[in-house]
Amino acid sequence: MIGTYATALCLLIGSGFVLVGVLGLLKFNDPMTRLHAPTKVGTIGIGMLLLASMIHSFTLGETSFHELLIMGFLFVTAPVSANFIAKVCLHKQDCMTPPPPEADTTWSTLQSPDRDLVEKAAEAK
Amino acid sequence: MSRAFRWLLPHPYLTLLLAVVWILLQNQFSAGMAVFGLILGIIIPWGTSVWWPDTPKGFRLGKMLSYSLIVMWDIIVANIQVAWIVLTVPNAKLKPAWIVIPLDLRQPEAITMLAGTITLTPGTVSADLSDEGHSLLVHVLHTDDPDGERDGIKSRYEARLKEIFS
Repeated sequence: MIGTYATALCLLIGSGFVLVGVLGLLKFNDPMTRLHAPTKVGTIGIGMLLLASMIHSFTLGETSFHELLIMGFLFVTAPVSANFIAKVCLHKQDCMTPPPPEADTTWSTLQSPDRDLVEKAAEAK
Repeated sequence: MSRAFRWLLPHPYLTLLLAVVWILLQNQFSAGMAVFGLILGIIIPWGTSVWWPDTPKGFRLGKMLSYSLIVMWDIIVANIQVAWIVLTVPNAKLKPAWIVIPLDLRQPEAITMLAGTITLTPGTVSADLSDEGHSLLVHVLHTDDPDGERDGIKSRYEARLKEIFS
């Protein structure tokens, strides 16, 4: 009985966070701020849904740990995909221009070979 | 002896991780499964060691565990804060900012961990590394104090990661 309530509560919290994440994705108008919404859904939203699944299987008497693996793989892959999207935004210059780095010359995404070629061609002229 | 150990187990923590993942995949624990998981954990790193010759110099598992607990807690707190920002702050009043974090960490594994942690805690996304790897570019969703945000990340995560990978 208590397991059912715990499952329902986890499902509600999880789906609430997923809903907020989707609202954020719809509401913001800049690609970089939009990127913040999916990272939120990926962590606590999915985490609570998986916790609900675990509690449910425990109340049925079948222990299940697959959810921990899903969570682990999600935590490893989510930052990589977010980083790729951010790099595309930087490369296409759809966002505010970032400040220059303190220690080195430029950001690695902005230092693309074709940009170097373009600059060299401009210098040659 | 230690050379033979290094030849057989080029990545000891990966061996452990693969064995645990195998046992979790089986969903039930038995001695046979544990042994088979260990065999997989020895064969896979051994077979793929050509592609990643470097191992992190030092790695402290105990500090790593306490670090993961801190990150979990921060993820929960920051999720609620960001959900509040999404629901209440209108687009016109949103103050997104780029912050530049000068890195003291030098090992690629440690920098990857820091960037991953920054992305997982909502409100901040790590976007790029400078061309020689001395600074990290981070996008913040809504902040009044970018410098404070930077110092917070440096003292809360980077200092701990420096102790883990030392």
